[in-house]
Parts: sequence; structure tokens; C-alpha cells
Amino acid sequence: MALLQISEPGQSPQPHQRRQAVGIDLGTTNSLVASVRSGMAETLPDEQGRHLLPSVVHYASQGASCVGNEAAEHNISDPLNTILSVKRLLGRGLEDVKMLGDQLPYDFQTDQGGMPKIATACGLVSPIQVSAEILRKLVSRAEASLDGALDGAVITVPAYFDEAQRQATKDAATLAGVKVLRLLNEPTAAAIAYGLDNEKEGVIAVYDLGGGTFDVSILRLSRGVFEVLATGGDSALGGDDFDHAIAEWLRQQVGMSESLNPTEQRILLETAKAAKEELTDSESVDIEILDWSGVLSRDVMDALIEDLLNKTIRACRGSLRDADIAVDKIDTVVLVGGSTRTMRVREKVTEFFGVEPLTNLDPDRVVALGAALQAEVLIGNKSGDEMLLLDVIPLSLGIETMGGLIEKIIHRNTTIPVAKAQEFTTFKDGQTAMAVHILQGERELVDDCRSLARFELRGIPPMVAGAAKIRVTYQVDADGLLSVTARELTSNVESRIEVKPSYGLAEDEITHMLQDSFSHARDDMQARALREQQVDADRMIQDLLVALKEDGDKLLDTEEIQCLQVAVKELQKIRAETTEHRVLARQVETVGKTSETFAARRMDASIKSALAGHSLDEIEQG
Amino acid sequence: MNFSSDFFAVFAISPSWDVDIDDLGVRYRKLQQEFHPDRYATKSDAEKRLAVQAASFINQAFDTLKSPLKRAQYLLALKGVESDQETHITSDTVFLMRQIELRETLSEISVKEDSWSNIEALRADVESTYYELQAEFKHQYESKLFDDAFNAVAKMQFFTKLLVEIGQLEAELEDA
Repeated sequence: MALLQISEPGQSPQPHQRRQAVGIDLGTTNSLVASVRSGMAETLPDEQGRHLLPSVVHYASQGASCVGNEAAEHNISDPLNTILSVKRLLGRGLEDVKMLGDQLPYDFQTDQGGMPKIATACGLVSPIQVSAEILRKLVSRAEASLDGALDGAVITVPAYFDEAQRQATKDAATLAGVKVLRLLNEPTAAAIAYGLDNEKEGVIAVYDLGGGTFDVSILRLSRGVFEVLATGGDSALGGDDFDHAIAEWLRQQVGMSESLNPTEQRILLETAKAAKEELTDSESVDIEILDWSGVLSRDVMDALIEDLLNKTIRACRGSLRDADIAVDKIDTVVLVGGSTRTMRVREKVTEFFGVEPLTNLDPDRVVALGAALQAEVLIGNKSGDEMLLLDVIPLSLGIETMGGLIEKIIHRNTTIPVAKAQEFTTFKDGQTAMAVHILQGERELVDDCRSLARFELRGIPPMVAGAAKIRVTYQVDADGLLSVTARELTSNVESRIEVKPSYGLAEDEITHMLQDSFSHARDDMQARALREQQVDADRMIQDLLVALKEDGDKLLDTEEIQCLQVAVKELQKIRAETTEHRVLARQVETVGKTSETFAARRMDASIKSALAGHSLDEIEQG
Repeated sequence: MNFSSDFFAVFAISPSWDVDIDDLGVRYRKLQQEFHPDRYATKSDAEKRLAVQAASFINQAFDTLKSPLKRAQYLLALKGVESDQETHITSDTVFLMRQIELRETLSEISVKEDSWSNIEALRADVESTYYELQAEFKHQYESKLFDDAFNAVAKMQFFTKLLVEIGQLEAELEDA
């Protein structure tokens, strides 16, 4: 019989303690954090009541940095140490960054890995580190506001982000100490916020024009399932480009030379941005810059941004085609992103889809709100039986073949998670290793696609050429992140895979950075790690005992059952005795390995029986 | 991991050419409600990995059964006939001639005036042949003439590719 637990007076036990989860919109221009309170999603303000956190980090010489409005104040006076729009650099190589060079006046340097770093008064910083600063700020805002530590976060990314950009976002979260429940596509998040709000059914188009990215997604919503049919866009097109188009027009009007210094550049951009915003409500705006004054009318601005808008409409058309949906089948159009405030954008979208877009939620906040709703379901506070997201991979994955060509392995707009296997053979007698180059993109040539990683398969048993059969499995998870495993089939040897991300941080680099940032709080970290391991161990023991009772006899033989029982006993013992989180972690891992086959058989059996013996009516009723 | 159910058994339907796509969709969403990794967000890493594999398997099953070509190939694979060969040589000269003729029509469209009405005519032509081939496959498969069914699949493969190319040309014309 279990012992009754009696708590100290005044301290009530909380067996079903609410877990704290937030949604984070890590934007190009602004970032937000939101959570669900009493069933309603809301964005969380800072102490001054501001909801939007400018995505700006300022690095000062004494190793101090500040984030947000405070950092933005240094924008004009100290442009080289004030990092704006860092999202445009995330997961990018030096080549891409150079293309943005005239827009972002930083002093870029590169390390051996090819990842661009920005030289600041605090030394070299990577875009991942800058993003981590922004995340830290949002997390501390959330923790202050929710009065407790966070258990997890859903972080949004543009749907059109490739694998490297997603991985970089996740790495930034790891650096900031945030447990990522899910990377959620921004348009999907917006659809959740609107869909759950309005209890809509049917086909939804989400047009998301942010500061630096453009996304369009076509989704079908039925019975709480959001099924993304297609997504498209441009991960380097946004409201920033409107500002640049206007700034360029201004430069010509003022008669300034083409080579501007960073401060002049910022002045032009700030003026352009302010003018753009004013033209949302008025037909023309008076501009004064240096000793020049003039007028910018809305018509002139519309002409300046027309080409950019046509690019977005082309992407909309492409996504409809990919989704195999005629434009008149779209029931709802949702606008997301601050740049959709520009009147000409709304006109264009309405014209194209033939539907008046929904705008009742604030386009700046809608993504964070949707992310918060999803976080609430994932963390388990809300029974999520009624809501599910089925998202797609935005860009095809392929490998390099002979002659610099690409063979596609997973096509864009395939529903994720997805796994594809491919078989290779050896080219030479006795060959024990092979190199695989993975790329992402739609073009035929390696040079036109984005290099994601190079894998080296080692440990292939030596055989005559062509005899080895190596099956490589590419697995893309629900976050759109890739992992690769390989096995030689004739000998059943698992090949070791070394991943060299093309523009990201290697695993050990992240560990190193984490150690650096935690070194002053080591004891804290130890205690926290032990607590986390104990929670894992308890859950594992509990789950295994239940599973053994339910399915042990059906799926395992006597020896297997005994083996598992011994492993659980050992884990219970170590759980009770040790204060070393590593010792406990090792045992958790051992038990995990021992129970792997059992878990796999249970999963297989439950898939088999999930729908068996149910009529369609019963399935529909849920 | 390998799952022991075949793609039809996953959805608790019997292997057959005739699949009600709407019904399949309902079953698919029901399965994902249960096995999608989002349902395992707070579980252990090992369980999360299993859920990713299970959901991938369900996605692959749905993707296979909803596409006529992939469904046909899969039905034959269940019978032990591998039909997913890129270069299947058919000795059917009538079909070869038709193949060449259709390709020529497609390549001429981009340079001709009045591209839209031409491409619509070509699409209609190709689609109707594609449907005929599906009917042919169904008949042969159900009569257990798997070699003939195999030939029908090879032809379906050609028409699927052609439809993709027509789609690409339409996209180019729209964006021009």
C-alpha cells in the first residue's frame, strides 16, 4: 500500500501543478513573448508596458550589452556596435551576408567554419549569440510576469526558413537556456490564432510580410486539424526592403553620393521608415533631411515598392499551384507582419485573392499569440485532443551527385515528419568511407542550392566494389530539422556519421559557449540538472511499470521481462541514493536502451490497433 | 524501426485500387491526432524519436495511397512486383510514338502564339489518357494480370512526369 503524503502546514502539495510555457516570436524588427492566462492568449509587456521588444542588441566596450529599446538608442550614434535585423544573418554563410552588405554595415569576419561573425566592442559575436541575447531578454520578461521559471517555449520561424536557419534558431534557444517545445512556422501560428478564435473551417491563405522575410501558406482547417497544403516565400524579402527602396529614392533626391558612411545610411533608413509608416494614414508626407526638404506621396512610394509586391504575389500563385487549390477556393485570408499595414500591400492581396483579408488581430502580435496557444497544448496544460498541426518542409532536400548535380530526396511541401531511405554502394574495392553532401533548394545545380552539411560515413566493412549496400536514412522531424543515419545492409553494421554543418555551430561549440555562460552559476546548474534528471527517472520508472503491466506478457518473453525488471529496480535504487546528476543520467540512458525494443514493439502494436475494428462514423466522431 | 503493418492495414482498409480519398483523409488525421510528435512533447527523448518515426510512417502511408501512381506501384510491390524503375523500356511502339508526339507538342508550346489555349488542350489530352491508364491498371490488377499491370504503371509514370512539366510551363506563363 502506498504511504499517504502529508504536507507541511501552509504548503499545499500540487500534484497537477500548472507548467509554464510561452510562445516567442523572434522577429527581424521586433520580438514578442506571449502566454495563455485563463484560457486567453496575451502578449506580455515589459515594466514600462511595452509589448514589442525591438530586436536590437548593443555591445558596449566593457563587455556589457543591452537589448531592445535601450539598445536601439545607440542605433545612429554607434551603428557598428548596434546589431539590427540579425535574423537576416541567422544560419547564413559569409557569401549571403556579403550580398546584404550594403544594407547591414557591420564589420564581418569569418571563422574556420565559414560562419560570419560580427566584430563589436565586445569582440566577435555570432548571429546565434545575438539572437540568444534577445531570447534571454524575452525569457526574463516572461519569468517576471508569470512569476516562475519557464518549462518550455514554442519559438516561431518563417515557414520559408531552411534547415540551417532553423537549426541556428534552435541553437540560439539552447544558448539562452530555453527548452524548445517546437519550432513553429509563423503563418501556421497566425492561422492558429485566427482559426481557434473564429472557429473557422475551410481553406485559409496566410500572407505574412515581416521586416525581413515573406511567407505565404495555404492551409486546410477541419475539426481542429491545421493541415498545411503548401508554403512558399522568400526568406530575404520584407518591409526592410521597402525602407531601402525609399532610402535609395531619397539619396537620389538629396543628391548624396552612392558611398555613404554608416551614420548617413542609418539616417536615410530611419527617415525612409518613418515616411513609410506615416503614409499608412496620409496621402503624402513632408520630409526634411540634412539641408534638403521635399514631399513623398503615396503614389510615388507605391511605385517604388511595386516590384517587391509583385514578387510576393508570384509566390502566392506558386503556393496555390503547389497546393492544387484554385484561388476562388480560398475562404479566408489572414494578414500577418507589420509590413501588411502598408495600404498598397492590402490592396494587392485583396485584388489577388478576391477576399477581404482578416485583420482583427494585431498583425504584429498574432504570431506570438498562436505560438502561445500551441505551447499551452504541447506542455500539457490543455488537453489538445482537438488541435493538431500538420506542417510541411518548405524547400526540397537533396544530395550532390556526379557532375555537381542534385538528386532530390525529399520534395518541398511534403508533410513532416518524414523519413526517406536511399541505398548506395561502394566505388572501389575495400572502400570503408564515403562522403555525402546534403543541400536544400529547388534548383538543379549544387552551386544554386544551399549547402546544409557534409556527412562522412565511416566504418563500412571492406568489400569488393559494388558489393556493399549502404542504406542512408534522412529523417526530418516536426521542427523541419534533419538527422541522418546509415547502415551497411549485408553486414548490418551501423556507420558512424560526422556532421559538419555548413554555416552553423558544431555541437561542441555550443557546449563550450554554454559552459562559458554558466561558469559563474555552476552550483545552480548542477542542482537544476539533478532535478531534471530525477523528474526524467521518475517518469521513466512510472511509465515502464505501467507498460510492463499492460503489454509485458503480450510483447516480451520471460527473459526480456526479467531483464527490464532488473533495470528498473537498479534505476529506482540510484534515483533514491545519488546526488550526482551524471550518474543518474547514465542509468536513465541505460534503461532507455534496454527498453528500446519494448517501446518500439508497443508503438507498432498501437499503430496496428489504432483504427482496426472502428467504423468510419466512429472515427469521425473521434 | 520497421513497422509491421502495410500501408492499407495502417488505415484499417483492405488492399485495393479503389480508395475513397476523403475517407482516407479522415482516417489519416485521426491517426496523426494520436501519434504525431506534438503529442509527445513532454515525453522522454526516446519516446519522442519513436513518435517521429511513427508519424513519418503514417505520412508515408497516406502519401502513397492518395497518389494513383504510387498506390499502383505499392499494390504491385505487395504482390512482389517492383515497378519503381526510372528507365522501363517498353516495346509498345504505338505508345513510344505517342510519347514522342506529346513531348514535341509540349516543347513547341512555349514558342508559339496563343500558348494558353494550346496548353489547355494538351493538358486535357494528357489527363484523359492518364485516367484511361488508371482504368486499365485497375482492370489488369483485379484480373491478376500483374505483368500487364506493370506496363500500365510504366506508362502512368510517363504521364505523371508530363503533367508535372505541363504544370511548370503553366507556372512560367503565369509569371511572365
